[in-house]
Amino acid sequence: MPLYNEPSPLEVKVLTKRFGLPNSASIDTYLATDGYRAFMKAREMTPEQIIEEVKVSNLRGRGGAGFPTGMKWSFVPRTSPKPKYIICNADESEPGTCKDRLLMEFDPHQIIEGMMIAGLSVDSHKGYIYIRGEYRYLIEDLGKAIAEAYSRGWLGRNIQGTGFDFDVYTHTGAGAYECGEETALLDSIEGKRGIPRLKPPFPAVVGAWQSPTILNNVETYAAVPAIIRDGGAAFAALGTPKNGGTRLFCLSGHVNKPGVYELPMGFNLLRMINEVGGGMRNGKKLKAVIPGGSSCPVLKAEECDLAMDFDTVAKAKSMLGSGGVIIMDEDTCMVRCAVRIMKFYAHESCGWCIPCREGTSWLKKILVRFHSGQGEAADIDMIGDLSKSILGRTFCALGDAAAMPTISIVEKFRDEFEAHLNGTCPFEQKHELALV
Amino acid sequence: MTFSPELETRFAKMLESYPEGRQRSAVVPMLLYAQDEVGEVSQELIEEVAKRCRVTPLQVDEVVGYYSMLHKRPLGKYHVQVCTNISCLLVGGEELFEHACRKLGLGNKEVTGDGLISVEEVECIGACSWAPAILLNYDFHHFVTPEKLDRLIADLERTRKAQ
Amino acid sequence: MPDSVTLTIDGKSVKAPAGMLLIDAAKQAGIEIPSFCYYEGLSLQAACRMCLVEIEKAPKLMVGCTTPVAEGMVVHTDSPTVAAARKSTLEFLLTNHPLDCPVCDKGGECELQDMVFRYGAGESRFREMKLHVDEKQWSPVVFYDGPRCILCYRCVRICDEGMGVGALGIINRGAISEIAPNKGDHLECDECGECIDICPVGALTSGTYRYKTRPWEMEHVGTICTHCSNGCKTTLGVRNGHIIRGNNRDRSGINGEFLCIKGRYAFDFIDSAERMQSPLKRVGANFEPISWGEALEIVAKTFAEVKSRGGKFGVIGSNHTTNEENFYLQKFARQGLGTANIDHHRTGDIPTLLDALSGKTESLATTDAVYHAKSLLIVASDLSQQHPLLAFQIRANKRHHNARIYVVTPGPVREDKYAAKSVRAAEGAEIQALEGLRESLKLEGDLVILFGDAVKGDAVRQLVAFGDSLGIPVKYVPLVDYSNSRGASDMGLLPDLLPGYQAAPERGLDYNDMLAAADLDVLWVVGANPLKDHALASTGAFVVVQDLFLTETAKRADIVLPGASAYEKNGTVTNVTGEVQRLKAGAKVIGAKPDLEIMGLLAKELKFNLGIWRYDKVLEEIRATVLGYNVPLPLLAAGSAAQTMPVNGRDSAEFNPGQIRSSRDTLFTSGTLGRYSKMLSSVLEAPGALYRGE
Repeated sequence: MPLYNEPSPLEVKVLTKRFGLPNSASIDTYLATDGYRAFMKAREMTPEQIIEEVKVSNLRGRGGAGFPTGMKWSFVPRTSPKPKYIICNADESEPGTCKDRLLMEFDPHQIIEGMMIAGLSVDSHKGYIYIRGEYRYLIEDLGKAIAEAYSRGWLGRNIQGTGFDFDVYTHTGAGAYECGEETALLDSIEGKRGIPRLKPPFPAVVGAWQSPTILNNVETYAAVPAIIRDGGAAFAALGTPKNGGTRLFCLSGHVNKPGVYELPMGFNLLRMINEVGGGMRNGKKLKAVIPGGSSCPVLKAEECDLAMDFDTVAKAKSMLGSGGVIIMDEDTCMVRCAVRIMKFYAHESCGWCIPCREGTSWLKKILVRFHSGQGEAADIDMIGDLSKSILGRTFCALGDAAAMPTISIVEKFRDEFEAHLNGTCPFEQKHELALV
Repeated sequence: MTFSPELETRFAKMLESYPEGRQRSAVVPMLLYAQDEVGEVSQELIEEVAKRCRVTPLQVDEVVGYYSMLHKRPLGKYHVQVCTNISCLLVGGEELFEHACRKLGLGNKEVTGDGLISVEEVECIGACSWAPAILLNYDFHHFVTPEKLDRLIADLERTRKAQ
Repeated sequence: MPDSVTLTIDGKSVKAPAGMLLIDAAKQAGIEIPSFCYYEGLSLQAACRMCLVEIEKAPKLMVGCTTPVAEGMVVHTDSPTVAAARKSTLEFLLTNHPLDCPVCDKGGECELQDMVFRYGAGESRFREMKLHVDEKQWSPVVFYDGPRCILCYRCVRICDEGMGVGALGIINRGAISEIAPNKGDHLECDECGECIDICPVGALTSGTYRYKTRPWEMEHVGTICTHCSNGCKTTLGVRNGHIIRGNNRDRSGINGEFLCIKGRYAFDFIDSAERMQSPLKRVGANFEPISWGEALEIVAKTFAEVKSRGGKFGVIGSNHTTNEENFYLQKFARQGLGTANIDHHRTGDIPTLLDALSGKTESLATTDAVYHAKSLLIVASDLSQQHPLLAFQIRANKRHHNARIYVVTPGPVREDKYAAKSVRAAEGAEIQALEGLRESLKLEGDLVILFGDAVKGDAVRQLVAFGDSLGIPVKYVPLVDYSNSRGASDMGLLPDLLPGYQAAPERGLDYNDMLAAADLDVLWVVGANPLKDHALASTGAFVVVQDLFLTETAKRADIVLPGASAYEKNGTVTNVTGEVQRLKAGAKVIGAKPDLEIMGLLAKELKFNLGIWRYDKVLEEIRATVLGYNVPLPLLAAGSAAQTMPVNGRDSAEFNPGQIRSSRDTLFTSGTLGRYSKMLSSVLEAPGALYRGE
């Protein structure tokens, strides 16, 4: 299986260490390279010890919110008489993000093992991998991996004689960004529209099918075997304080070597662009970066000299998000980017709450009109103002996700909006040239 | 309604994979897989899925319109899905979509007269680092240029002639 | 957790029960937190975001409808931030809303209008194209206008949670989301119109009301529905003497906002073309209209003549007419005509129940008790079809208090869905079937038993004995069918019992016997239709009928007197749970007279001294003389319900099973009245059937 992009020598390969091995997805390769050792080790640990190890690792949710994983697991009530479920969020849909795909394609057993360890930590015996519908081939790939694991006694009843039972199933989505929101995913897996739920109760207490549920991103589970195997402290040491381990960064946009790279938490963004990504395409200058998927506020070039961990990026008033690093050069029309981002959120708004449903749809219309040269000066403030009327007032974070990049683009690139007021997009010609 | 033996086997396994009494969980996967086989989500299919998952047809219908991949009318045998979201946009995704439309003489979500090819502008498909990207049915194609797309379409059209 | 907490809302110190939602706590303190999707009694949505408030120390605005109060919480509902949030939410809402208020049915009663008036901006910055979809008709009574819809999901919830039907859903996603009916392009449901009533805007409108009037042109008259025995309060919208609308938007009365199809729409019978507007006199095979004066004179003369020669009268009263009319009728019969031959079409064995319950004064359940009981047992009734309010109360009880429901019926019923246990038992085998529930029922905290007409005579006594044997508090609801079935029984329209179930000095002929008596000289039928399914044996009898329509019975009459319907008269009626409520005249049909007035005029003609025939005077007499009916007048005047407790010592009821016949009405039929409601028969669900389940 050829990789989609050349690895970088700067990578620190923990989760991706098997990428590029022959038959990296097979259970034989997995077993030959420490596979399922962490599960056997965890089997000897108490649930408290497992959770403690994950806490020590400073692993934070890789889906985008960055919530400490160990803490999340500790919220599951031990004494609940209900069955508990381990759900893997493989609904990877945040624009700019394409890492979970690789983890599932090249090392599926690592994810299964991570889920099994989560199962051990809360006495759960059933796991579901919720995969976005577009990733059909991965459902087949994972199905194969799961079948292998069953046939070799790594899933099912009395796994390897340990007395522990665990089943894993896949579940396909059918095209809805909102289902990446964890409670919307729960409604979706229950066969309903993917509408987020009221919180509390949180999924740890009332999750799938009214039962306590651990829900994590693919990359989060994939990190767990290494944490248990080599110790939480070792994992934590790879990153920065409170930001343990490595992260799969997805470089996209105007760099010479776009690709998915595993780098330590806290890796400098400019180095990421220049050294890992091979610098800007066509010798152009960097204009802006969206550091963690399209929901995050944009950073101007001069703001990009920063460590890519949750806290540092937050300090720069953006977010590390999902690891989708979207890089834009000097010829990029930021208004056009704002249009496309808002189109996306308007299309994906589930429609549940008014500010998101109506706000994103209205903003999309204004931005499309504006970019086509039909804008007026008053529109610029209105775009910012309407976005702020969505921010923090919606049922779930999708409204914020639509508002934050928009607000940042209006604030940081107001001149580009103003340049559209004379009836045309000033970047149109440059853009066409850049594509040739 | 019955489906192919393979699909029936898949559905039987699928219904068993959820906790007891939670057959409703199979609604979305069942719709998607059945659509792949029969081409569209018809009223008959909605009622069939409702029966199998023990919900009302309305509860199934609510789901159909919610998920972008489910559609109530047939798309082409080959469905060309061009991503124009931000990462693809930066490297020509929108131009690629326009090119596909022009080439096929189709608008968004339209189907060629013979039902062979349809085209759709889609949201991020998770190929951002290898953009621009398209999905041809469920197959990913990365770093797609207009020329590469032309070749793909020409290949598809050859299957039409072969028929 | 302490029982109550103290918080500050807009500088005001407020005490509220722990766990109470902020929006309710504020309301209690007289502070309105606006909302669209929040609806008391239905599940929480937090979707409309109108109720965003500022809570000190919270990082962002919080929703008042899902945030519980907490000790020391400091809330601002009137800050500039909150005002701006409300204004922007409304601005968002109005982007795709058509603003066709001048022609919208909801204009003047629209919550969105009110909100914009109070919190919104008159001016919108929206200059783009609005989304549009065409209006759809889902049934003869339900229309949906998508662009007006604000997606508060109240309709979806009331249909699913309140009605147990689930006929409405949400289709599509995002800004193009819409409400959709269960059958693709149309509805198949109870057609109750709850969805229309609960809609805060003009998205759901009523087929019978739309485009007929502006709300402020109507007089709003709160009265009681005349169709079934549940006694729902309905507010009639009356213009120029015509009823245009029925609803209960103010949630007054025992039914809250609930009304079924009959209460909401089936008032149209009063304006039926077949409604009689003049007294009729038989001339050969035909009828001839005559004046009221002439008609009353003929009747009075015949009555006097028959009385003077000791002839035989038969009097059949109504289970639709008021308590005052029923009381007056039995007095007329017993004291005026000197006959004990008086009865009505009975649909439940109330006398036997009261006899069996003698000495137990707290054993009759109210409609409210049905909502609060810890467990309920439904015997021999398709409750959702026959007693829709009681079924609604039970669903609400299940939803809000997790009541346990037991069902013993001959066929499937909607309640099976919620039941802890459902048992199928053929008619007559119900009591035996109860044994299977004994052990479960013994563990319940308390129980309300609702039983249909199939349980009568000894079966009622066995049922009470079963209830007694459980060792838990048990209350009963004898399920009778018509709007004043209970009142007819209580007021002594019985051949052996006087008002209040006092033993009559002599026992007269009962309903069946009167019709079967070959020597009956006069049959006087007030608001009933016995000849629909009985023959009149006495071919020579002089027959007087008071009714709205030329029914099978009226067609046999010598003199027909056009009566007024419940919607055209004042008085009181007693519902299935023994609660007395007031009828208030709304409509006026020219030529027809309330039955009390007709009887009063007849009494005057006959020189009977039966007292003043004004309803309030008769009610005075009822309150003073009928056991259990000393109900507080202010309660009635305020439009509330007053429970009667006619449980006394033993009564001398003699059981005759042939007398008790259910109407077997469904949600879509209503005895004789239903036949004259075009609307009722226009829905595709009509006439419906019992025990068909879901």
